[in-house]
Amino acid sequence: MDAMDIVVCVKYVPDSTADRRFEADGTVDRAGVDGLLSELDEYAVEQALQLKEKDAGASTVTVLTVGPERATDAIRKALQMGADKAVHVVDEAIAGSDAVATSLVLANAVEKLGAWDVLICGMASTDGSMGVVPVMVAERLGVPAVTLGSEVEVDGSTVRIRRDGDVATETVEATLPAVVSVTDQSGEARYPSFKGIMAAKKKPLETWSLADLGVDAELVGLSAAWTEVQQTEARPPRTAGQVVADEDGSGAAALVEFLASKKFI
Amino acid sequence: MSEVLVLVDSNSLADGKITKPTLELLTIARRLGEPSAVYIGDPSGSGEAPAETLAAYGAQKIYVIDDTDVSDYLVAPKAEALAQLVEKTSPAAVLIPSGGEGKEIAGRLAVKTGSGLITDAVDVQPGPDGTAVTTQSVFAGGYTVQARVTRGTPIITVKPNSATPEQAPGAGTLEDFPVTISEAAKAAKVTASEPRKATGRPELTEAAIVVSGGRGTGGDFSEVEAFADVLGAAVGASRAAVDSGWMPHAFQVGQTGKTVSPQLYVAGGISGAIQHRAGMQTSKTIVAVNKDEDAPIFELVDFGVVGDLHSVLRAATEKVTERKG
Ligand SMILES: Cc1cc2nc3c(=O)[nH]c(=O)nc-3n(C[C@H](O)[C@H](O)[C@H](O)COP(=O)(O)OP(=O)(O)OC[C@H]3O[C@@H](n4cnc5c(N)ncnc54)[C@H](O)[C@@H]3O)c2cc1C
Ligand SMILES: Nc1ncnc2c1ncn2[C@@H]1O[C@H](COP(=O)(O)O)[C@@H](O)[C@H]1O
Repeated sequence: MDAMDIVVCVKYVPDSTADRRFEADGTVDRAGVDGLLSELDEYAVEQALQLKEKDAGASTVTVLTVGPERATDAIRKALQMGADKAVHVVDEAIAGSDAVATSLVLANAVEKLGAWDVLICGMASTDGSMGVVPVMVAERLGVPAVTLGSEVEVDGSTVRIRRDGDVATETVEATLPAVVSVTDQSGEARYPSFKGIMAAKKKPLETWSLADLGVDAELVGLSAAWTEVQQTEARPPRTAGQVVADEDGSGAAALVEFLASKKFI
Repeated sequence: MSEVLVLVDSNSLADGKITKPTLELLTIARRLGEPSAVYIGDPSGSGEAPAETLAAYGAQKIYVIDDTDVSDYLVAPKAEALAQLVEKTSPAAVLIPSGGEGKEIAGRLAVKTGSGLITDAVDVQPGPDGTAVTTQSVFAGGYTVQARVTRGTPIITVKPNSATPEQAPGAGTLEDFPVTISEAAKAAKVTASEPRKATGRPELTEAAIVVSGGRGTGGDFSEVEAFADVLGAAVGASRAAVDSGWMPHAFQVGQTGKTVSPQLYVAGGISGAIQHRAGMQTSKTIVAVNKDEDAPIFELVDFGVVGDLHSVLRAATEKVTERKG
């Protein structure tokens, strides 16, 4: 296998175990909540590193993220895991971008990177969770996308994934360059080693603005979004129900009574 | 009134039996305009009568895209075909079933047509000006969001169980729609496919009742399955159960599995992690059996039993069977 240029798209997201909120303008509150590398993108980094290991380290793994200043935390984690270098696209104008705009910025950044072979994404970001950015980037770059892979393999100029669909397990193939997205079934992501943490400090990190990419600021950000949030509402907490202890089979009887009272049987 | 395009879901296309999610989309489409179904394949090719069903639920037109360039490849050709249809019909909205494939078609279609995209709507209603206003459930079900598309053709993917299918006869006029598919769109292809064995149980995302098992089953799903069967329910699983190899991934409920919103959700031996909640929190009634009284799942339940799931579910199955006589 020839050495490849592998790009991994990772997103900096609010911690999903923290109390996530909306701002008054309907955008996700990204400042008030601690952020981190989206857990689902760790699987993408892992697959990129495994592809690199398969060719004895000859390939290059570049991390690409579009996000606020603090998104460097996500980049650092990916570099610590073993990626070689990183590009951070950061620009005030990007705040509030929807998937359509984010994919525009990502696609332009990928083009600026130059030649590449595989672009690996997570299955969905843990905050927006639309799972559409990978195909949108592929659409803009005019390359195929093979998505939701639980196994990834590159064979010459072909990328092949296994996809566990609802009705079948499929093998899906595309010719490189191609966009690939991977699921959390693709294999546990590694933890950064001490050596990795030290090495990450010296790895190249470039910061690009929209102007560097030649992307018109009018096309991104909240004001350019093609969708509009009209209202957000916290779901009322569920009212505490009845919990009984099972003693000598009393639990099953009470359970069946409850289900019958609700007309489920 | 303008047309509203409804993409017939791929499970319906497989055997010509129109599934509930597509009927739901037709029902929703009628609120926004005149439903036109988009059928990829040959509707007369199966023993079923898909065109009649689509018409019975309100399809005024049925666009037939019968072209192996579309049906043999992944999503890209379907998005190209739909983009050509959008160009021709200028619809009021395009409704697509949520799910891996649907969302990808929608994503590509949005970029191609310069349109805004809303995914995973759980409700769609006409706003004051008649345009679609969607409801989504976000942040692990912690918030509901109302949104609308402000540019291009609203492209909306809709989750199963978002409407009750209602019959309302439409003309169901068949119209062949020829498409031209680029070579680039054919660059990704399914090269092998191993169908999953049918379980004979309801589809997880469409079922009115779901009974799920987690790590607490210890790998023995027999009581979970028996209880599901006596209730006519679908079977689900936590990721821990899937990761242990006890259940296929298609059964996983949660953030990286299926989102279900049944009338009744029963969790056996599931602790109730946030990622699991993300997939079941909006269920109408929630019941749990867990031997740990401090398990977080009990914060969500309408009814809970602290006890061993094997003995509780086995006894409950017997009692339900007795009641049914
Ligand atoms: C990025 C990411 C995505 C994830 N996506 C998902 C997802 O989609 N779906 C999902 O489910 N999880 C998901 N998870 C995992 C999630 O965090 C939990 O690890 C998982 O849900 C735990 O499964 P569990 O409740 O079966 O196991 P545990 O947390 O181990 O709980 C087992 C429970 O069984 C009880 N128990 C044990 N024995 C018995 C018995 N005999 N009778 C009754 N009760 C018993 C125990 O008291 C315990 O509460 C995700 C995690 C991450 C990081
Ligand atoms: N701002 C971003 N920067 C880099 N990659 C992103 C960004 N947003 C989304 N992605 C990639 O696209 C995938 C799917 O994201 P989404 O469509 O937002 O659910 C993520 O797992 C990332 O790999």
